[in-house]
Amino acid sequence: MTSAEYERERAEVEKTWAEKPGWLGQLMVVNHRTVALRYLVTTFVFFLLAGLMAAAMRLQLARADNDLIGPDLYNQLFSMHGSVMMFLFAVPVLEAMGIYLVPLMVGARNIAFPRLNAFSYWVFLFGGLMIFIAFALDIGPEAGWFSYVPLAGPEFSPGKRQDFWAQLITFTELSALIVSVEIIVTAFKLRTPGMTLKRIPLFVWAQVATAFMVLFAMPAVMLGSSFLISDRLVGTHFFNPAEGGDALLWQHLFWFFGHPEVYIIFVPALGIVSEIVAAFTRRAVFGYLPVVLSLLATAILSFGLWVHHMFTTGLPPAGMSFFTAASLLIAIPTGVQIFCWIATFATGGRLRFHTPLLFVVGFFFIFIIGGLTGVMVASATLDSQFHDSYFVVAHLHYVLIGGALFPLVGGIYYWFPKMTGRMLSERAGRWQFWLFFIGFNVTFFPMHILGIEGMTRRIYTYSASSGWEGLNQLATGGALMIAASVVVLIANIISSLRKARTAGDNPWDAPGLEWATSSPPPPSNFVRPLVVTSRTPLWVTPHPETVIGLPTGIRSVLVTRVHDAEPHHISVFPTPSIWPFLSAIAVTILFIGSIFTPWALVWGAVPVAIGLIGWFWPTKEETATHCKYEVKPPREAPPPSEPAELRL
Amino acid sequence: MHSALQPVGPRAELIADLMLLFFAVSAVVYVIVIAFLVWAIMRARERAVQLGPAATAQADRKSKVAVGVGAALTVLTLAGLAASDFIVGAILRQPPADPLRVLVTGHQFWWEIEYDDPVPGNRLRTANELHIPVGRPVQLIFTSRDVIHSFWIPSAMGKMDLIPGRTTNEIIQVSQPGTFTGQCAEFCGFQHSKMRLTLHARPAEEFDAWRQRQLAPAREPQTQEARRGQQVFMQSSCILCHSVQGTAAAATVAPDLTHIASRRTIAAGSLPNTPSALASWVLDPQRIKPGSRMPASRLPPDDLSALVAYLTSLQ
Repeated sequence: MTSAEYERERAEVEKTWAEKPGWLGQLMVVNHRTVALRYLVTTFVFFLLAGLMAAAMRLQLARADNDLIGPDLYNQLFSMHGSVMMFLFAVPVLEAMGIYLVPLMVGARNIAFPRLNAFSYWVFLFGGLMIFIAFALDIGPEAGWFSYVPLAGPEFSPGKRQDFWAQLITFTELSALIVSVEIIVTAFKLRTPGMTLKRIPLFVWAQVATAFMVLFAMPAVMLGSSFLISDRLVGTHFFNPAEGGDALLWQHLFWFFGHPEVYIIFVPALGIVSEIVAAFTRRAVFGYLPVVLSLLATAILSFGLWVHHMFTTGLPPAGMSFFTAASLLIAIPTGVQIFCWIATFATGGRLRFHTPLLFVVGFFFIFIIGGLTGVMVASATLDSQFHDSYFVVAHLHYVLIGGALFPLVGGIYYWFPKMTGRMLSERAGRWQFWLFFIGFNVTFFPMHILGIEGMTRRIYTYSASSGWEGLNQLATGGALMIAASVVVLIANIISSLRKARTAGDNPWDAPGLEWATSSPPPPSNFVRPLVVTSRTPLWVTPHPETVIGLPTGIRSVLVTRVHDAEPHHISVFPTPSIWPFLSAIAVTILFIGSIFTPWALVWGAVPVAIGLIGWFWPTKEETATHCKYEVKPPREAPPPSEPAELRL
Repeated sequence: MHSALQPVGPRAELIADLMLLFFAVSAVVYVIVIAFLVWAIMRARERAVQLGPAATAQADRKSKVAVGVGAALTVLTLAGLAASDFIVGAILRQPPADPLRVLVTGHQFWWEIEYDDPVPGNRLRTANELHIPVGRPVQLIFTSRDVIHSFWIPSAMGKMDLIPGRTTNEIIQVSQPGTFTGQCAEFCGFQHSKMRLTLHARPAEEFDAWRQRQLAPAREPQTQEARRGQQVFMQSSCILCHSVQGTAAAATVAPDLTHIASRRTIAAGSLPNTPSALASWVLDPQRIKPGSRMPASRLPPDDLSALVAYLTSLQ
């Protein structure tokens, strides 16, 4: 095939996969990268807002008996900070990395179920806007991100504040479940030919493990929040001990989700670490199989730990010992991965110390402390002292910031050139790293000591006689350094976006398929599906073989078999559509309406039904295309007119 | 300073020792892992750009052994830590001989404390101050009247939650006289921050004497002003929630005031127990502890000072 023919094919594929122009076209987008970038920007804005709330709390706590912020606002601030960071930042931002990268890494042209993907973003956005608008109107949540009953129940939290919290959960869980389904199907069915199970990039394995955790964990909290909202809205008594309900039922439901939640945030970040370590040591991560098995083991074990959040509720001792042992057990797969990365450093090529790697090294220094304090709080005996004290505040920030945010920021520096075609400044990156690393430790290390000295969580003030003032001042100083590092990151991104696109396809000389296409990639990611023969395809050859013969005039996607990624059939992917956006609005009306009246479930179902009918209404043209390319003709019938044969 | 690492009783000492063990093991593990990491990175900075496949395969064989040994050591370390936790846990769960029984009930935002006794007339109710005899184990039986609270005195014992509809219990034992502070550890609403308590440990004889004094009904007011204060108390909304043994005030919604003047603080550790603090608390509790369940009283100044005189006479 001549290059002129190739160019013609490229132009035609690009035209087929292009989004619709205009503002209406913006609402119809189904491209996974556009949706992912929207997710990334949205979650980053939510992160900044929740970070400002943390800064406000640190200012209040900088002095004993301070009266800068009263209890009403303070309780809303920490409830918002926790809920937003968990539900509107940490989980979705790592999912957004998955939405962007998983299809690219497995060589697919789009994510599976692209319209559903667009729908998930709109639902997420509307849920996030709802909670911030509620907070701005002084009806933000006030019972913590964990909303323990009976405090969050109808008797002790009158008004609508906790109802907004419960519906925030419904919104974010819905979008998270949708994304999980897409990630699993994309990783299992849309892999490019040759990408067998043992050649799947580690980041993709991490995303798959996370997606399965979401599928099993989220229903528990959705059930819990539905019980809560029914207790509050229609007077059921699921959690009311006076009527035969049980206050601890909520804790079981919440933590059955809440503990896997930590790993839902942390496991994708492990995937980022693996990708960055491989690229900068110029070798595939040592111990592919143990690392993959560790990811899966973490996902499974994470469901056996939830009671370690309830060690002080007076549960029977046998149960406590079981959950102590299970909680210690999960340190093993994480340890194995750390050892494998160290072995990779020890046996790789010459290290290139760019900013992404710097953040990964920072991850080791901080996260291991969080892991070790995790071993301490896993002990039921010790937890009776640590539980609900600032020791746990320190522990969880070491785990989540060290374990997830450092790799994430490293990942942003690493994939930014792919997403935008531009490099971020290395110099600013180093400044940001050191400000963040030092500021983080100055903020959170003293909290270990404060916890041991008896400072409890979620207090808006403390007396001067407690002796906690000095370390609290230190922590507030560190928080300001973290704020400065975030400002450097924003400045770095803005100044880099104003420069020319000079990054090239593969600025880091990295091995993954996402680096085989242009930066940013064309609408279909790849002009033709690539063929993979190794775990590190671009180190074998910078220009892998391609699959030819896919129809160009329709959105054709090659579906392969789960285990060996042999081509199976062609699937015709959906085109841009306004229905996901309209359906998301209908769902939003139903969810927000049901905060105020149970009848919203009845009448709100009507617009949702209309939205879904519009979404799935079959057109003759679409059905004809599907029949032509997707339905296998009977043996004796002549082959379809357009050749769908595959030549590898 | 009241720290979990400065224990004042045998049980808290055991936990503190276990904590130090975990800290020591963690420190060793951290240093070893970070040392390997730094060594690996240093080595990798001075190497050829990329190793050949043969060299990598040879290095991988060594790595396999190293990672295997690391994983095995991790398992052993964790097993040791788990065993030490189980042992300490088993010791702490042994039922004590002849404990003093005290019922602690959580309220938004104060602690109701009741000393159990087979003779109903010898049961004693007080608030926010737990007095115990030195050396004798005390069994605390917890429940809550409203939301979940958690009882914590770091230098004397770990936490235990107070859960409505359930009872939980924990033992506290202190081996030296002194006053130790604690506060509610489970977020319980508006004034979670100011739900504090103090533990007073004193020799057995002193404790018994204290208990006898507390069992006595309230002293009759001695001065003219205190008598007027008693009238104010009985005729205002105070008696809807508070009780003073020996008078008509017998409500149990709020702390028992029979011997309020003997306590060191008021409003669950928010204010020192001085006449002026008492006056400002009675007048406008919401300014001092916004969200507290105590309503403001609109008493004229002379009624207020009479009331304070009465309350300070309740030794």
